[in-house]
Amino acid sequence: MKLGRKLVLSGLAVALAAGAAARLKDKPATTPVTINELSAIALARTTPDASSQRSSLPLIVSDSGPEEALTRIFAEIEGNRLSNALQLTENLLRQHPNYRLAHLIKGDLLLARKQPINTFGALNDAPADKVADLRAEAIARLAAYREKPPADFVPRYLLQMQPDQRFAIVVDTKRSRLYLYENDLKNGGQPRFVADYYVTQGKLGAEKLAEGDKKTPVGVYHVTANLPRQKLADLYGNGAFPLNYPNEWDKRQGRGGSGIWLHGTPSDTFARPPRASDGCVVLTNQDLDVVAKNLQVGLTPVIISNSVEWLSLDDWAKERSELNNSIDSWRADWESRDTERYLTHYSKRFKAGEQDFAEFSAQKKQVNAGKEWIKLKIDNLSVFRNPGKEEVVVVTFDQDYRSNNLNNQMKKRQYWLREGDQWKIIYEGSA
Amino acid sequence: MTSISLLQPRFQKLKTLRAMAIGLAISFAVPAFADNLPEVQRLIKQGQYPQALEKVDAYLSSRPKDAQGRFLKGLIYTEMNKPADAISVFTKLSEDYPELPEPYNNLAVLYAQQKQYDKARTALEMAIRTHPSYAIAYENLGDVYAKLASQAYDKALQLDNSNSTTQNKLALIRDLITTSGKGNVKPQPAPVAAAPVVPAAPVAAAVAKPAVAAVAPTATIVTSTPGAASASPASKPTAIAAAPAPAAAVATPAPAAAPTPAPAKAIAGSEDVVKAMNAWADAWSRKDMRAYLGAYAHEFNTPKGMSRKAWEQEREQRIAGKGGKISVSFDTPQVTINGDKATAKFRQHYKATGLSSSTTKTLVFVRAGSKWLIKEENAR
Repeated sequence: MKLGRKLVLSGLAVALAAGAAARLKDKPATTPVTINELSAIALARTTPDASSQRSSLPLIVSDSGPEEALTRIFAEIEGNRLSNALQLTENLLRQHPNYRLAHLIKGDLLLARKQPINTFGALNDAPADKVADLRAEAIARLAAYREKPPADFVPRYLLQMQPDQRFAIVVDTKRSRLYLYENDLKNGGQPRFVADYYVTQGKLGAEKLAEGDKKTPVGVYHVTANLPRQKLADLYGNGAFPLNYPNEWDKRQGRGGSGIWLHGTPSDTFARPPRASDGCVVLTNQDLDVVAKNLQVGLTPVIISNSVEWLSLDDWAKERSELNNSIDSWRADWESRDTERYLTHYSKRFKAGEQDFAEFSAQKKQVNAGKEWIKLKIDNLSVFRNPGKEEVVVVTFDQDYRSNNLNNQMKKRQYWLREGDQWKIIYEGSA
Repeated sequence: MTSISLLQPRFQKLKTLRAMAIGLAISFAVPAFADNLPEVQRLIKQGQYPQALEKVDAYLSSRPKDAQGRFLKGLIYTEMNKPADAISVFTKLSEDYPELPEPYNNLAVLYAQQKQYDKARTALEMAIRTHPSYAIAYENLGDVYAKLASQAYDKALQLDNSNSTTQNKLALIRDLITTSGKGNVKPQPAPVAAAPVVPAAPVAAAVAKPAVAAVAPTATIVTSTPGAASASPASKPTAIAAAPAPAAAVATPAPAAAPTPAPAKAIAGSEDVVKAMNAWADAWSRKDMRAYLGAYAHEFNTPKGMSRKAWEQEREQRIAGKGGKISVSFDTPQVTINGDKATAKFRQHYKATGLSSSTTKTLVFVRAGSKWLIKEENAR
């Protein structure tokens, strides 16, 4: 009997580990698992301790989600303590009565008492897609719990927040994770990790290109509104925060579609699978409620990446000052009325509205010729790096322009692109 | 085998009672055997429940605490389809005699009937806590776990189980009360200390062949045969006792039975049927699977709609795969022949390591050339 139970056990753990293996190797979750892969996982499981030593846990972690409970449950399963696992699962279900993943684990643990089971979601004829969804959720949550963001590293994207942006959101679609960062003004605006949450992305993944492609966009956005629950269909759960997709850069790249929101979960389920939305980023309702408290309409940046790139604080500071220098040099060169020098800050591929670089240069030369003096002040600067292969940075600021014949205040947004070892402006316009 | 004094073969006559109930009644502890109770049992047997209730109430009026009388009263209410009353009786009984597993078990059956599987589970786990070797409770608990698992899967996977599954559930419930009969109370000494609350996992061989599960009528239910009587949790996998028959409702631990059955009388041709039965019982005792399985007709009604192959595998596992000796014998059968069909009713005595049981069984034979082959096998 002991033997039977043990086999049953490893069945469950194996099925999950299999998913982990598939994920690590970036294979579809349906890839059959070989023994080698399994033992690889077993080995891999022993190492995280070492690596977590290197990157010790941040001071604040979000343990409000079910990740900790799931981790304990699977530890009990692997340790062949099925009764404990069942008890923990039932506790979890008391907390979240319509948590489908927990129901599935409970089903497996109960069925294991009746017959040997050799897979996760052991029900015969279980709809394979639904089981795969729940398994993917389990893997995403367990991995996120094991691998917290390293303490001395920050997402590369958060180069500079403007002072009144209290928080920033960074989404990692591959890891199904949303990270909440605080703008730590006492520490020179260094991003400080607050919490992270499980999220759902588009059915067909990230890098949205067109209307209806069921993908989540990758880029630098911000929340544009706060739609309360009462005004929403049940699908959106406790609330919704539309994003400004497509942004200037998206439009320039010819990306289409709209209606990309950050929102909650319908009432019939605690969580949705990692890939389930039409492109929106979906949080559980309890997580949305917490995150919502920190969202400022029109301000809070929401940066969605395929896979967050982390920089050590040193590298982050370097990149930040490099960009600040570029921006200030652009500002100074504009003030200097040396139009040729000023135009060296613009890419030959520059385009704003209908204006290309040639037209833009001609216009600037003409305007600057009539200037006796120019004063340019930049305030509330924010600098966010655009996730993706291209090195693009989104720069937003309040511009106070004064000259002998024209004063103008505006909120300006520029996209800077690295060309060689120089950052150049490829788009600018009012924000 | 050590018999516990509770397990006196007291209710041998109660054959008509539902299997579950019989099994329960058998192991019941009664301090004093009162004259009225056999009368109550007779009335139950005859289906005269109101009269039985009257008698048992009269009996209880002078001994309101009497466990046996109250237990019978619970059974009567169950038979009268008064589950609320039955639950009330068994609940109070389990409170007054928490050491008895049977009231818990019957409560579980009643709760399961009402699809209150969580309550059923709690009750069965109590039964097992009080009696770690109580086979029926293990069997039932396995079924209840399967039901709970099924419910959990429904919630996890949002299965639409409006019609078909509901029917399956009902079928299973009918099974719980009527035919499943389950093993018997195994009068084994309680296993040492930490007897786990969970029931025994299915037999070791099943682990190697999980595919067997695929033939169960519903995905969510049971691979083991109805007759499986689980071993005490402490025993080794190979020692897990197989039930004597797909649906054995067992009355008593078998007294040593006459090894050779007396020939049936009266009906012409019945000798051939008895001969077939002898060959069948012999093959079973010798663990000669070829001969044993050969005794079953091609169109044999496998239990719970299993596939023939799965059923054969299971029998193989439970007979050939079993350690120790098996002895199967039967008392004089009552044989009726109707054309190419014969029905034999008899009492079967089954003995194996760690398990012995007597079962009232019916075999339905069909004539195939000169031979009689088993088409149905029912234990009641």
